[in-house]
Amino acid sequence: MLAKKMRLVLILLTLLLVFSGTSFADQVNIGVYEPLTGPMAAGGQMTLEGIRLAHELYPTVLGKEVRLFVEDNKTDKAEAALTVSRLIELRNVVAIVGTYGSSLAMSGGPVAETAGVPVMGCSPTHPLVTQGNDYYFRACFIDPFQGYIMAKYAYETLGARKVAIIQDIAQDYSVGLAHFFRQAFVEFTGDPASVVGLTSYQTLDTDFTAQLTYLRGLGPEAIFAPGYYGDVALLVTQARELGLGIPFLGGDACEAPEFIEIGGAYVEGVAISTHYSADAPVTDESSKFVAAFIEKYGYSPSAFAALGYDAYRLILDAIERAGTTDSGAIRDALAETYRFEGATGYITMDEDGNAVKTGVILEVKDGEFVYAGSVEPR
Amino acid sequence: MTLTHFFQHLANGVYLGSLYALIAIGYTMVYGILRLINFAHGELLIVGAFIAYYGILIFHLPWWFSFIIAIALGALVGMSLERVAYRPLRERGAPRISLLVSAIGASFFLQNLGLVIIGGRHKSFYRPPFFAQTVQLGDVTVMNFLFVLPIITIIILGIVFFLVYRSKTGMAMRALAKDYPTARLMGININRIIAYTFALGSALAAIGGIMYALRYPAIHPLAGVLPGLKCFIAAVVGGIGNVPGAVLGGFLLGMLEIMGIAFFPHLAGYRDAIAFIVLIIILSFKPTGLLGEQVVEKV
Repeated sequence: MLAKKMRLVLILLTLLLVFSGTSFADQVNIGVYEPLTGPMAAGGQMTLEGIRLAHELYPTVLGKEVRLFVEDNKTDKAEAALTVSRLIELRNVVAIVGTYGSSLAMSGGPVAETAGVPVMGCSPTHPLVTQGNDYYFRACFIDPFQGYIMAKYAYETLGARKVAIIQDIAQDYSVGLAHFFRQAFVEFTGDPASVVGLTSYQTLDTDFTAQLTYLRGLGPEAIFAPGYYGDVALLVTQARELGLGIPFLGGDACEAPEFIEIGGAYVEGVAISTHYSADAPVTDESSKFVAAFIEKYGYSPSAFAALGYDAYRLILDAIERAGTTDSGAIRDALAETYRFEGATGYITMDEDGNAVKTGVILEVKDGEFVYAGSVEPR
Repeated sequence: MTLTHFFQHLANGVYLGSLYALIAIGYTMVYGILRLINFAHGELLIVGAFIAYYGILIFHLPWWFSFIIAIALGALVGMSLERVAYRPLRERGAPRISLLVSAIGASFFLQNLGLVIIGGRHKSFYRPPFFAQTVQLGDVTVMNFLFVLPIITIIILGIVFFLVYRSKTGMAMRALAKDYPTARLMGININRIIAYTFALGSALAAIGGIMYALRYPAIHPLAGVLPGLKCFIAAVVGGIGNVPGAVLGGFLLGMLEIMGIAFFPHLAGYRDAIAFIVLIIILSFKPTGLLGEQVVEKV
């Protein structure tokens, strides 16, 4: 008798699970895949804060309720592809937002393209995320520009003529950004030997003393470390402990509260490039976003929160312009996005599906990221 | 590479090596006595580090007291783990391979429990200023911690030796390592001795975890996977079950990782590959590890 009851309960539970994800006529399903755990957890969670805020402020489209389905890709490339297909097949999403981490986006991208579901990237900056994929777009600039920003900073602001690079060889983002930085810096100096050394580590490595000792021997005036926040914070800490006092530069992946918590006094003065600063609002929407964000969370938003906010709204905007929730029509509308007013600036999609935007430089000062200037697109 | 740089690399290698050695001791001790590879050892490292972290953060304990609490609670967690994940299997006479699978399961369980309770974001571990201070030896810069670490490793080595070879419980542990049924016939309470072994092994893991976190002060629930794996390999290379072997293996692995980059800086991305190729070569010449015993299989 008991077994029979149990079986009934199980069947009901299964049915509940099956139907909980199906779409009904009066609702629009939008998927989110982000690294909420693993080495990039901070990036994914900051982005999600922005997406949730946007969903709260803009909960409907075409008179229908928007339902968000959030999946954790665990900072894992295989998991990233899986979460995208889960969102599409199980949750019937019409469009997807994500993901922090270029390698993750490059793994999820082809799955979405095959299924014909458009994805709006928040912060994956590697060129290959959107190149050759008609269904991947992004709300951020790409690494050739980001490499240029930091090369310009190193050459003009720091006056460095010899730099070294330490990259995370397991991340497409890091290898790509290192390459573009090198290109831009050599363009500034006109001397290929001005990049005196390039060395590598891997995600999850914690000891960088050997690489740093090697680079110190080459006598660079600054070091560019385009890795993720946790690794770079440890790396700079170890550099200072080895008595290496030269300036360190990073990319947008350094922007996380963890970078300063872990690095403490050691990361003072580190300069990074990023997409946006709450201290320098660019549009009316920026001010509205910052105010709403502080009211909801009690602290100032990161660039990733702003990009998550914009990515969600870009999809809603495309659905509105398409007048339908058909994935193909949303894709076409996204590709035609022109001067959309986002929190991170006015967004226009180029032919590859990338936003062309102003870059921002932040510096760590007294334990906080402080706005240190903007660089216009070339 | 100048001589100065070589010495700096050497100091870095000693550093990493003693850390690996310290963690490998716990691994090898549990194996030597129970013939069980405790794959959850890496997670026990992080459990220890997190208890110390929260002791300082939430309960505002002085750091040294928080470390002691973490070591004690770490031992308790290890004992409970044994109670839940290993003892039921052992009492039903399960083969060793089932215990191994259970150990891997326990490892995943602890990782995911950590993700649910603590979340996946990095936490910054508190470092007493003394440890982080640097000393200048000629042109070589080292942290005070570099001198503390080998001393701690040697003290722990001494304690483990005393407990295993000079105490009565240690005698029971060694008897257990030889033969369970006979040990039981000699009046040894097997469950108690195994629990004791686990407590000791987990306390060692907690010490290792705290030392690891002091050196690399960014901890998260998955941070124990890599050091756990590497120290397991260090223990195997040294001859698993052999405590001085684990120290040797750990030292060797740390040194290889640093020197691999020092001599081949352009291949820095292949650091683990270089280190492990050397270890494979060692194992192919000495299959039981550097100081491993020749085991005669009973038929």
